Amino acid sequence: MITRLFSFRGGVKPDAHKSESAHAPIAMAPMPERLIVPLRQSTRATARCIVQVGDLVLKGQRIGEPEGTLGTAVHAPTSGKVIEFGLHPLAHPSDLNTRCVVIEPDGADRWIERQVFDYHTASREQALAQLRDCGIVGLGGATFPSHVKLGRGTGIETLILNGAECEPWITCDDRLMRERARDILAGASILRDLIGARRLVIGIEDNKPEAIAAMQAAASNIDGETSVVAVPSLYPAGGEKQLIRVLTGIEIPYGKLGAEFGVQCFNVGTAHAVYRALAHGEPLLSRIVTLTGNVARAGNYEVLIGTPISHLLTLCGPKPDTDRTLMGGPMMGFALPRLDVPVVKGTNCIISASPALFPPPLPEQPCIRCGECARACPAELQPFELYWFSRAHNFGKAQEYNLFDCIECGCCSYVCPSHIPLVDYYRFAKSEIWAREREKSAADQARDRFEFRNFRQEREKEEKAAKLAAKAAETRAKLGDTPAPSTAAKADEDPKKALIAAALARAKAQKEAVQPRNTDQLSADTEAEIAEIDARRIKASLEDPAASGNPPSPDRSPESTP
Amino acid sequence: MIHSPYIRKPASVQRVMFNVLLALVPGIAAYVWQIGAGILVNIAIATLTAVAAEVIMLSLRKRPVMLAATDLSAVVTAWLVALAFPPIVPWWLTVLAVLVAIVAVKHLYGGLGQNPFNPAMAAYCTMIVAYPALMSQWPAAGTVDFATQLHLILGGARELDAVTGATALDALRTGLRANGSVATLLQSNTYGAVGGRGWEWIAAGYLLGGLFLLASRTITWHLPTGFLVGLGVTSGIFWLIHPEQFASPLFHLASGGAMLAAFFIVTDPVSGATTPRGKLIFAAGVGLIAYLIRAFGAYPEGIAFGVLLMNICVPLIDMKTQPAVFGHRGGRQP
Ligand code: SF4
Ligand code: SF4
Repeated sequence: MITRLFSFRGGVKPDAHKSESAHAPIAMAPMPERLIVPLRQSTRATARCIVQVGDLVLKGQRIGEPEGTLGTAVHAPTSGKVIEFGLHPLAHPSDLNTRCVVIEPDGADRWIERQVFDYHTASREQALAQLRDCGIVGLGGATFPSHVKLGRGTGIETLILNGAECEPWITCDDRLMRERARDILAGASILRDLIGARRLVIGIEDNKPEAIAAMQAAASNIDGETSVVAVPSLYPAGGEKQLIRVLTGIEIPYGKLGAEFGVQCFNVGTAHAVYRALAHGEPLLSRIVTLTGNVARAGNYEVLIGTPISHLLTLCGPKPDTDRTLMGGPMMGFALPRLDVPVVKGTNCIISASPALFPPPLPEQPCIRCGECARACPAELQPFELYWFSRAHNFGKAQEYNLFDCIECGCCSYVCPSHIPLVDYYRFAKSEIWAREREKSAADQARDRFEFRNFRQEREKEEKAAKLAAKAAETRAKLGDTPAPSTAAKADEDPKKALIAAALARAKAQKEAVQPRNTDQLSADTEAEIAEIDARRIKASLEDPAASGNPPSPDRSPESTP
Repeated sequence: MIHSPYIRKPASVQRVMFNVLLALVPGIAAYVWQIGAGILVNIAIATLTAVAAEVIMLSLRKRPVMLAATDLSAVVTAWLVALAFPPIVPWWLTVLAVLVAIVAVKHLYGGLGQNPFNPAMAAYCTMIVAYPALMSQWPAAGTVDFATQLHLILGGARELDAVTGATALDALRTGLRANGSVATLLQSNTYGAVGGRGWEWIAAGYLLGGLFLLASRTITWHLPTGFLVGLGVTSGIFWLIHPEQFASPLFHLASGGAMLAAFFIVTDPVSGATTPRGKLIFAAGVGLIAYLIRAFGAYPEGIAFGVLLMNICVPLIDMKTQPAVFGHRGGRQP
């Protein structure tokens, strides 16, 4: 079947460096001495620990209960003993700590009795619950819970499977498609049923002919309209929005979901995991990781979640001049601050970096407004304008120029002749804006509390005054000082009224004096900025950021890493 | 700490500027061939002055000198000044002009990337206002030999009429003012096939270099196209209305600095518009103003004024022509 292809603007063509590891079949990584299993496995949700130190666990046994709507279950990747429960550093650019269960494997790798799940007879809700309980999240890198994504509705026209793998060096999806195409397609057809999609389109970059052939062969075995499409190799063709655009011509704007436009996109690895979970009752315990770069033996390994990176590196043998270790690809990945961190569900690639392979950036020069970055930007932004605004801390303007549409793909930095680390400026601006929003809402709360206290104090004063007045009147009455009834009533009323009126006036004056205090030190600029942020926030809350594809949160989580 | 991306395309400001210099070579070669080697002396004077001024300004501003001084941006400015000026201006005028461009227009505004005005064109405007006579002496092809050119450049006494003819544009406007008609005026030996005799070859050289800049993706098509269309259409309209009074668009495109401007001057990224639509508007505006000054103004060549006037409008143009970003066109299909 011929599918008409579309194109997205921008994009770059860095050296692919796939040949280093693409030839190596998936091998099972040996069991490490300890597995550090983070309870935070999906974006913004941490599971509740249900085991204790000293417990013996079996492979596939649940050790973390899903919490909240975005929660997914966490399982023991092998059989062994829980030897620790506490905070451990996570693979994160800023050395984040999170709660982890540390398991000492017993070497037997004994499975818990697997619950057979018959997805043919199960309802949609049961199937989604099974995915949650099997800990299935997006394996493209963003680890968004699959049951939440699937739960967004049925009647979707097109299911897209993302096998583009456009980042240089990474080959884990390539190998998975070559070796397990049948399982991937089986998972895809389950996904298709779950969202009620009419057709299935699988996008694979044309630099992976073997994977395309394998997937095509497997696709002929499943029912329904299915096409395996070779898409031009152009980074970031594997970005979810870019791939949807290439395959369907539809553009999903920032903050909108594919489902609203009749498309859903899943990574091939996720489809594979979905199949294992629904057809075999297997939770997600491992994933394929590419080990490559400046190493003696590049390869692709099936790695248990929780395996320390340092353990994996012994498999590939980094060469002596290795100076950094990258997680993810060179375009969007990050240098690991430490190597004792565990593999998580989003870990697709570990690259040993040397100055020869990844030379340090040349010194930054001034922006000459050449527009190279704008021509390379797949989000069709004007990156240099964002750069000027971010640099000048003019965040309101940066937002006006659609800062949050930036997917941080790195194309602009890649092409900039002045070697400006543009993406760093956007990350900085975004985090500043989030910080200000948080501060703003904290300030709102503080002001509310302050106003309420004023109000309460005034009310108490008024009550006291009223009581006093009443008492005075009583005393006067008792003393038998009884002038003419009409005047008595008036005299009785007056002090009370006057007191209350005075209190009210005081309160009002005080309120007027107090209210501007929160804003009077702000410059007009900052005020405009805050107003801007407010508007965005209202918009964002209408769009349900938690469920959106590119949530405005510091987690940096496009639904799949290109 | 270094963040992603960890790989960079091999590109640099220096390489961009080098491409521009390379693209100027065919035009310069034609210049030497048609007019004489004096232009090379001017280019050398301008280059030395520009680099010296750049180094001094950078150290005064306490900026890293080596990196910025070797980015070749000052050399590009110097070459453009030399090429935009008459080839027989005295050396001190070139030096003065380059100082205006580098010190005042570039560095006092904050250095590379910060200047709102095109340095070479600002220098041109300053000089034509300050030294209108010297700035108007353009030798026709074959009228001044190299020795005389050198003599004039080094500040020798000028017997103006003996050594210089008027430029094609100049002759045309003086002729028209004297009630000649375009057709008869173009018969004189100031003119070649399409533009000024000799100068049309130089224009062809610039065009060739410009095509190289387009092919090497150093510039995009928007700016040259916008300029050539702006100039061509405006002159075309007047020509259609009154061919006796106004020269043809072809004449305008081949004369004066039109080709130099189209590919090397309106394409200055720093002081020009940046959005695709903005570039078209900006360059077309330059072409329009250039024509109006050529046809009705007090100066024979209006490109420099056109550039400066449009430079002022750049922030507004850019702001009003921001392209829609991905996904904001309402589910664009094709
Ligand atoms: S590529 Fe770099 S120098 Fe060119 S406009 Fe963008 S930020 Fe400026
Ligand atoms: S990082 Fe952002 S601004 Fe830069 S090219 Fe990618 S989307 Fe555009």
